[in-house]
Amino acid sequence: MAFAGRRDAPEPPDFAILKRLARDQLIYLLEQLPGRKDLFIEADLMSPLDRIANVSILKQHEVDKLYKVENRPTSSTSDQFCFLVRPRIKTMKYIADIINADKMAGRSRKYKIIFSPQKFYACEMVLEEEGVFGDVSCDEWSFYLLPLDDDIISMELPEFFRDYFLEGDHRWINCVARALQLLNSLYGPFSKAYGIGRCAKMSYELWRDLEEESESDSQGRKPEIGNVFLMDRDTDYVTALCSQVVYEGLVDDTFRIKCGSVDFGPDVTSSDKSIKVLLNSQDKVFSQIRNEHFSSVFGFLSQKSRNLQAQYDRRRGMDIKQMKNFVSQELKGLKQEHRLLSLHIGACESIMKKKTKQDFQEMIKTEHSLLEGFDIRESTSFIEEHIDRQVSPIESLRLMCLLSITENGLIPKDYRSLKTQYLQSYGPEHLLTFHNLKRIGLLTEQSPGETLTAVESKVSKLVTDRAAGKITDAFNSLARKSNFRGISKKLGLIPRVDGEYDLKMPRDMAYVFSGAYIPLSCKIIEQVLERKSWLGLEEVLRLLNGNEFSVTESAGEDSPAWESQRIILTVFLGGCTFSEIAALRFLGKEKGYKFIFLTTAITNSARMMEAMIETKA
Amino acid sequence: MDCYTANWNPLGEEAFYRKFELYAMEWSLKEDLRDCLVAAAPYGGPIALLKNSGRKEKSPSARPLLEIYSASGLLLASIPWKSGQLVHLGWTASEDLLCIQEDGTVLIYNLFCEFKRHFSMGNEVLQNHVLEAKVFHTEYGTGVAILTGAHRFSLTTNIDDLKLRRMPEVPGLQKPPSCWAVLSQDRVTIVLLAVGQDLYLLDNTSCSVVTPPGMSPAAGAYLRMAVSFNYRCLALFTDTGYIWMGLSTLKEKLCEFNSSIRSPPKQMVWCMRPRSRQRAVVVAWDHQLMVAGNSTECIQFVLDEDSYLVPELDGVRILSRTSHEFLHEIPEASQEIFKIASMAPGALLLEAQKEYEKESQKADEYLREIKDQKLLPEAVSQCIEAAGYEHEPETQKSLLRAASFGKCFIDKFPPESFVRMCQDLRVLNAIRDYQIGIPLTFTQYKRLTIEVLLDRLVLRRLYPLAIRICEYLRLSEIQGVSRILAHWACYKVQQKDKSDEEVAHAINQKLGDTPGISYSEIAARAYDCGRTELAIKLLEYEPRSGEQVPLLLKMKRSKLALSKAIESGDTDLVYTVVLHLKNELNRGTFFMTLQNQPVALSLYRQFCKHQERKTLKDLYNQDDNHQELGNFHVHSSYSEQRIEGRVGALQNAVDAYYKAKNEFAAKATEDQIKLLRLQRHLQEDFDKPYLDLSLHDTVSNLILDGHHKRAEQLYREFKIPDKRYWWLKISALATRGDWEEMEKFSKSKKSPIGYLPFVEISVKHHNRYEAKKYAPRVTPEQRVKAFILVGDLDQAADAAIEHKNENEMNFVLSKCTASTDVAVVEKLNRARAQLLKK
Repeated sequence: MAFAGRRDAPEPPDFAILKRLARDQLIYLLEQLPGRKDLFIEADLMSPLDRIANVSILKQHEVDKLYKVENRPTSSTSDQFCFLVRPRIKTMKYIADIINADKMAGRSRKYKIIFSPQKFYACEMVLEEEGVFGDVSCDEWSFYLLPLDDDIISMELPEFFRDYFLEGDHRWINCVARALQLLNSLYGPFSKAYGIGRCAKMSYELWRDLEEESESDSQGRKPEIGNVFLMDRDTDYVTALCSQVVYEGLVDDTFRIKCGSVDFGPDVTSSDKSIKVLLNSQDKVFSQIRNEHFSSVFGFLSQKSRNLQAQYDRRRGMDIKQMKNFVSQELKGLKQEHRLLSLHIGACESIMKKKTKQDFQEMIKTEHSLLEGFDIRESTSFIEEHIDRQVSPIESLRLMCLLSITENGLIPKDYRSLKTQYLQSYGPEHLLTFHNLKRIGLLTEQSPGETLTAVESKVSKLVTDRAAGKITDAFNSLARKSNFRGISKKLGLIPRVDGEYDLKMPRDMAYVFSGAYIPLSCKIIEQVLERKSWLGLEEVLRLLNGNEFSVTESAGEDSPAWESQRIILTVFLGGCTFSEIAALRFLGKEKGYKFIFLTTAITNSARMMEAMIETKA
Repeated sequence: MDCYTANWNPLGEEAFYRKFELYAMEWSLKEDLRDCLVAAAPYGGPIALLKNSGRKEKSPSARPLLEIYSASGLLLASIPWKSGQLVHLGWTASEDLLCIQEDGTVLIYNLFCEFKRHFSMGNEVLQNHVLEAKVFHTEYGTGVAILTGAHRFSLTTNIDDLKLRRMPEVPGLQKPPSCWAVLSQDRVTIVLLAVGQDLYLLDNTSCSVVTPPGMSPAAGAYLRMAVSFNYRCLALFTDTGYIWMGLSTLKEKLCEFNSSIRSPPKQMVWCMRPRSRQRAVVVAWDHQLMVAGNSTECIQFVLDEDSYLVPELDGVRILSRTSHEFLHEIPEASQEIFKIASMAPGALLLEAQKEYEKESQKADEYLREIKDQKLLPEAVSQCIEAAGYEHEPETQKSLLRAASFGKCFIDKFPPESFVRMCQDLRVLNAIRDYQIGIPLTFTQYKRLTIEVLLDRLVLRRLYPLAIRICEYLRLSEIQGVSRILAHWACYKVQQKDKSDEEVAHAINQKLGDTPGISYSEIAARAYDCGRTELAIKLLEYEPRSGEQVPLLLKMKRSKLALSKAIESGDTDLVYTVVLHLKNELNRGTFFMTLQNQPVALSLYRQFCKHQERKTLKDLYNQDDNHQELGNFHVHSSYSEQRIEGRVGALQNAVDAYYKAKNEFAAKATEDQIKLLRLQRHLQEDFDKPYLDLSLHDTVSNLILDGHHKRAEQLYREFKIPDKRYWWLKISALATRGDWEEMEKFSKSKKSPIGYLPFVEISVKHHNRYEAKKYAPRVTPEQRVKAFILVGDLDQAADAAIEHKNENEMNFVLSKCTASTDVAVVEKLNRARAQLLKK
């Protein structure tokens, strides 16, 4: 695809400083409690912490023993406890229990709680109610941003999705605003900001308020990032619900990438232990296949292994001196590459095995027909069978949601029967799960007699009537209609197929879904960047429920010479998937942009569904 | 300028002292100073006078008058003293007046005689009364030391963080000590006292007798003692007129002097300069002032009138009815320049500049002389420095002119010191003006810092001058102008004669959107003054809604606070208000308030979910949210241990769901109750766990255990769809390996799921034999797939050929291996060729 003004994408800024800042602050906080101490770490802070400061750094700052919050310390003799936690009420109770137990036993210790990324008043309130507020000292570790890769920064807040979109809890928005402020101060000033979604708007406004308050002088600084694009996850649920078929996405769906690294189990490593592998651009093998469609990965890997073999084979016919050179300079690299190669081949095989077993092809076919809107009846029976056979509770739920969201809700008969089937398969507690899914708008019922056009006219009426708009704003998810079909038509999300789609030489972002569907979220970003505004997208916005904005910060300084203008910080509020990342990376390569991804967490369909599931505990 | 050194008085070989007038006092006092209690704050601070204090008779007409003057004698404020008998007056470091009463109560007033607060020095002091008191300043802040009628000492080192300390008793002390002082050594505050010829040191725990080194045994009894400004030196005056000067650690004597005046001096204070080796004390009697130091000679002045000495960092101020003078040691730079016949570079440069102005060639000669010695930079620095020590603008100017002149002949002389000195002097001259009356010396000013000076101007409500200084020195807005404007506004809100609107408007007019201004702070001040309405008006100007909330809460405007908190987007703030409201309002009103604020409501729900589940129920009940109520009951059913409890909770849920018109949920819950009961029966009958399984799993388990009748019963009772039941049954049977039953089942009626699943499931359990039985029964469309699954490629090929379907043929072909399936491959290729021909 020849692009007229195609330029090479600029290099992303260096985000290592974010890690350094976080580490230095943590060390400072640890030093605030001088002397030896035991450190209790919240389970989901462990992996992020590991990326910031390893155990030896902690030990250097007089951390004695490490505990996971949840586990009861058996008999610690340390007289200082330090808790590194997320601001959650549950954790506060855990801490209060420890302190109260100590009090009962007549032990006196020093307790310090470090909240990350910030402290919430409600937590202090709980400590007070439990009667331990006076016994602890509190601090904040403003660790908002964890760079996972050259171009991915995660806030590691998976609960953002449920808290905001389901519970309507705005508590994390402040964190997002502060994260933006930090990035703006380090790599900004951002000259242009776009966004869509209510949360995006609130975050943006809060961030601007923070900037005004702090009035840091950013004048005259040369920005490294020029544009910022904020997007709510509920703008596009469809993309997140699809099965991923680019390699990185598949690995995430199959093995769960956690904080940029994955545990490959024995079936992958073909040994009896699992291996933890860091997946990022440093991995020479991975970086070449991560964005590829799975079908072309195998070919690539075998090509790669042949090359590798050839390099090994050069040994034959070397004299001693050359051999010495080879061993000292190349062998280590080759061995490393070899190790990675065999791991990824193992992973591929394992994925293949799992996927063929579950009739992966059938499922993909169903997904594609859902996206295109054909054979809905057939797809519905496929889902029904899927539930009946108890293939996988999460997958079934995901397919139901995908059906609902692409069809603007299920027809009442299906809605009832699918739910009944599901409850029979997986237990009645999912009644609550369905309630959640309805609230968030993922699994809804079509109002009888309501055609698509009727919905449209109703939505447009709400949009024009501002007062009504405000009311729906508050409970937007309740009234939310996806209008996917309409949007898909307007934006041309389903590529017209003429002949086979060449997945090795993709021509558009649809390749991340085998050429069947261009991810909506990415398409919106592409369109807005092309137009440098929302102009001309009014129809789509109406269907998307609006809440868009575009603001130029520094007036008139749109000098195209600046590399930074082609670097775009895309902020996904509620999580983004590796498929979206791959699609935008592709777009960046085509158009000479560099996308930096800031997400509240990396997500995929399973994580989204799990967030909605109401567990018994 | 010739007589410049006329008021220089030599003391010993090296030092000169001079006394000059700061102000002619404006105060036209009628009383003698000796009849008043006097307190003058250091650093050119204000002077407090309590007139008539000496009179013991308590006729109300002759109430003592408390007056506060500036250093130039301008009256700042006065009030009649209505409280108890005052023993001592003193100033704090932040220029508040401490009035120490006989009963040990200390009243704090500001510069304008406005009462701020009071505290007591404790019961012991209250009982025994205050005999004497001293106010002292250390790194801890301002302290107060009391000598009680019982001859005991009590002190506090910081009046803002009051911790009273009672010093140990001095053994055998029958009468009050002749003199005493507070010392501060190594961060410890101690008291030194003299009784007759003995010196005692009181620290926190003990009392010890001390003897100053080198003290002549014939010196006699101690009458006065003086501690230097920095607590480093101590001077003792005895009744033989002998003065001992040494370190306050009492480890070393510095010098001594014999004044041969035996009468006790009225005051004795140190006169020193930071970084000077010269040490001298100033001793005052009724008509005589003496400067004594390391010399056999001393300097004597005659005092025309009653005077009062104020020790300063770099000299002594002398107050009297008519004048206010400053006595100090001439700094080195000034000495060098002005000393008669000085050949110091600075002196020559000053001379050169003067000659230059006279257009005389001597200028060049002088200049050359300095340049030859390569001392020009030093000469310039000397002139700049000396300018700082001068009080007269004329002298300052001539020195600065000389410096500027000398600068022209130096390459790249850094201009900062010169510019800075010009600026500093301009500021100093401005505040020394008698209207302002702060006679700061350059040394004091540097020690005090510009920030504190600005604070002091603000304290005196000299806002315009402070702002001018900020602007002149180009201080950042937040540090300078905005801060002062904020103070002004805080003062403004106290003007009770103006209406709320007027005041709010005036403040907003002046402050506008100046950065760094906190309207909420000003509003807080207004609220403190009892002007709630004004406070609310001011808060409207506060751009950060987050800042408005705490004050609104304090003012009990909780609902307003709630909407402001929501506006701010800071959920933490919303929480603060919500939990505050929860305690403030009764439950009903609280819930009603939340109903109107969805953001707050959802936050509170989140809180309740974890912390107060009961409240959650009330919350849903309140707004008839039956759906959520139903969910709540379902949720709580999980925590019920006993099955009756669980059924009860679920029954509640059913009721709620019906009310919510959610028939589906109600039905599903009813089914669950039914299932629970059934499961209990099963559990009893088969002695196996069935509880909490899903319907599917229950039925599946029943089949696995061979209870086919029971399974059938459930299938009918719960109207399990045929498809599901068939799927369920065959997979359970296959798992159980009950192939016979499976075959029987397959023939019971026509399978609603077709027969491919039978094949699949048998293959899955590695039973090809069984699988083969079902392959022929599969519908023709799926037959190829079925035969391939059972591994019968031949039949698969036949089926594909029968369908004339090329795709299927290719599929079968792809499964064939060349070596073993030759016949099949041939057959297929033939059929394919035929198909293509057509």
